[in-house]
Amino acid sequence: MTGNQFPNNIAIAGVYEHESRFSPDKTEFQIMAECAKGALDDSGLTLADVDGLFGASMTMGMMGIVDLAEYLNIRPTHIDGSNIGGSSFVSHVSHAAAAINAGLCDVALVLYGSTAASNAMAIGTGGSSGSRNPETAFTVPYGMTTVGSYAMYANLHMDKYGTTSEQLAEIAVTMRHHASLNPLAKMRSPITVDDVLSSRLISSPLHLLDCCIISDGGGAVIVTSLERARDLRSKPIQILGCGEAVQHQGVGDTDLLTIAAKQSGNQAFTMAGLSRADIDLAMIYDSFTITVLATLENLGFCKAGEGGNFVTDGNIGLNGTLPVNPDGGGLSSNHPGMRGIFLVIEAVKQLRGECGDRQLSNPETALAHGTGGTIGDKHSGATLILGVTQ
Amino acid sequence: MSNIEHPLPHASFESLGYWEGTSRSELVLQRCCQIVQHRPRAICVNCLDASNLEYFIASGKGKIYTFTVTEQNQAKGFAKACPYVLAYVDLEEGSRILANIVDCDPYEVSIGAEVMVKFVAQERPDAESFAVPVFTLS
Repeated sequence: MTGNQFPNNIAIAGVYEHESRFSPDKTEFQIMAECAKGALDDSGLTLADVDGLFGASMTMGMMGIVDLAEYLNIRPTHIDGSNIGGSSFVSHVSHAAAAINAGLCDVALVLYGSTAASNAMAIGTGGSSGSRNPETAFTVPYGMTTVGSYAMYANLHMDKYGTTSEQLAEIAVTMRHHASLNPLAKMRSPITVDDVLSSRLISSPLHLLDCCIISDGGGAVIVTSLERARDLRSKPIQILGCGEAVQHQGVGDTDLLTIAAKQSGNQAFTMAGLSRADIDLAMIYDSFTITVLATLENLGFCKAGEGGNFVTDGNIGLNGTLPVNPDGGGLSSNHPGMRGIFLVIEAVKQLRGECGDRQLSNPETALAHGTGGTIGDKHSGATLILGVTQ
Repeated sequence: MSNIEHPLPHASFESLGYWEGTSRSELVLQRCCQIVQHRPRAICVNCLDASNLEYFIASGKGKIYTFTVTEQNQAKGFAKACPYVLAYVDLEEGSRILANIVDCDPYEVSIGAEVMVKFVAQERPDAESFAVPVFTLS
C-alpha cells in the first residue's frame, strides 16, 4: 500500500474526550460507554448506526472486543481489538477507514477507557518483577522500566548530538503552558525549566517532570464515509494518510535512535501527498519529553540531532511553526495508560475550531503520531494525517 | 557488589543453550548466515532454518552502547537496589545484550566504556538455579 493515495472518501464524524481525570467509581467499559454516547451525540448518530467496533485497553483480554460488544449490546459486522500499545487507537482509525472503504462497515466506533490512576497502576516504574514469558526472559532479569527504556534513548541522543536536559525540559514547560489553557487538564500550574531539572531523577537523565502523568479517562472517535459525514451534525474531518510500523531490537543490531515514526510517517506523508511544511498542528505521543524530540526528528520535522534546538526555538508552542499538543499532552493534561485516542480527538477539535483559549488560528491539516511500547526496547508507531474538507 | 535480586527467567527450549551456558559462566551466542543473533531463537532469522545454527562462546568483552541509572523501580528485586545501572552492551563478536553494570558507582558509567561479563548465580523459589550475566567496567 506504501505510496498509494489514501481513499479520499473517509472522514471522522464525531469525537469525545472523557472529562474526568480520576474516576474511582467507574469501570473501563462504563467510561467507554460514556465516551461512545459523547461521540455519537457529537455526530448526531446513534448506537444503532454503529456496525464497526474498534477498541483496546490495559486490561481487556483475548476476547475483550467481544466483551465490549456485549457490554454495549451491539452486534457489529466488523470488529477489531488489535492492541499495539498506546498507539492502538491511531491505527484503529486507519483500520476503520480501510474497512469502510472496503464496504465491511459504514459507521466505526473507536473506544478507549481506563482507570489507571484510581487503580494506582505503576505504569512507568514497576511491573517487571518476573515473567514466564520467554519474550521477556532477556529483559526481566535486569529491571528495565518503561521510563528506563526511554532514558537509555535519551542518554544515547545526548551522547551523539549533545542534546541537553534543559532542552528536554523545554518540552515539559511548553506542554504545561498549553495545559494551563485547557480547563480539563490535570496539571495546569505553570512550571519552569529549573522546576523540571530540580524534580527528582526517575531514571537518568529523565526527571519526574520529564514523565507523563497518570490519570483515568477515555475517549471515542467515530469514522464513516465522507459522504455520510457531510450530512451529520459536526464538521467532517477527512483522513488524508496513514502509516504503521514496528521497531525492535532485531538480532541485537538496531540503531536505537531510529524509531517506528520514521517509516510510518514517511508512508503517511506519501499517501497524503503533503510535505512537512504543510502540517499546521502535530499531536505527538508525549509519554516522556524525549518521546516528543525523538518523534519530531523521525517524522522529519527536523533533522536527526536537531530536535533539541527545534524545541527550544519556540517551534512547538501555540504560535510556533509546528504547534505540538495544544491540549497539554500526556505530560500535563491526561495519560490514562494508553493515550493514542486523545491525539486524534484534539487534532479533530482543533481542525474544527472548537478549542477555546488554546485554539490555533485556522489550522487546515494535522498530524497525529502514537507510539506504543518503549522506544528503547520494542514499539509500534502509528501516524495519521487529517485535514479539513474542501 | 550489586544488591539486585534478579527475577529469574524461565528458559524455553529455544533459549536453553544460552541459560545452560550462563550456568557454566559462559556467554553463548548463536551464529548463522554470518549473522550473530541475540536473543536466541530456534531458527536463523535470515534463512529461517535451524540446521546450520551454530552456538559459540563469546569473549564476554563489550562496550556500553547506552545506559540509564534507575533511581525508581517499585518491582520486587529492584526497589531496594536503586540506584542501579541498566545498559545495552555491544559485544565484541557482534550483537547487543541488555544487562546491568555492577560493582561501580552508577554515575561513573559512560557510553563507550569497556566492560566484561560476570555471572551472578541465584536460586529460584522452585530450587532451579540460574546464572544471570551482568557486566563490570574493565
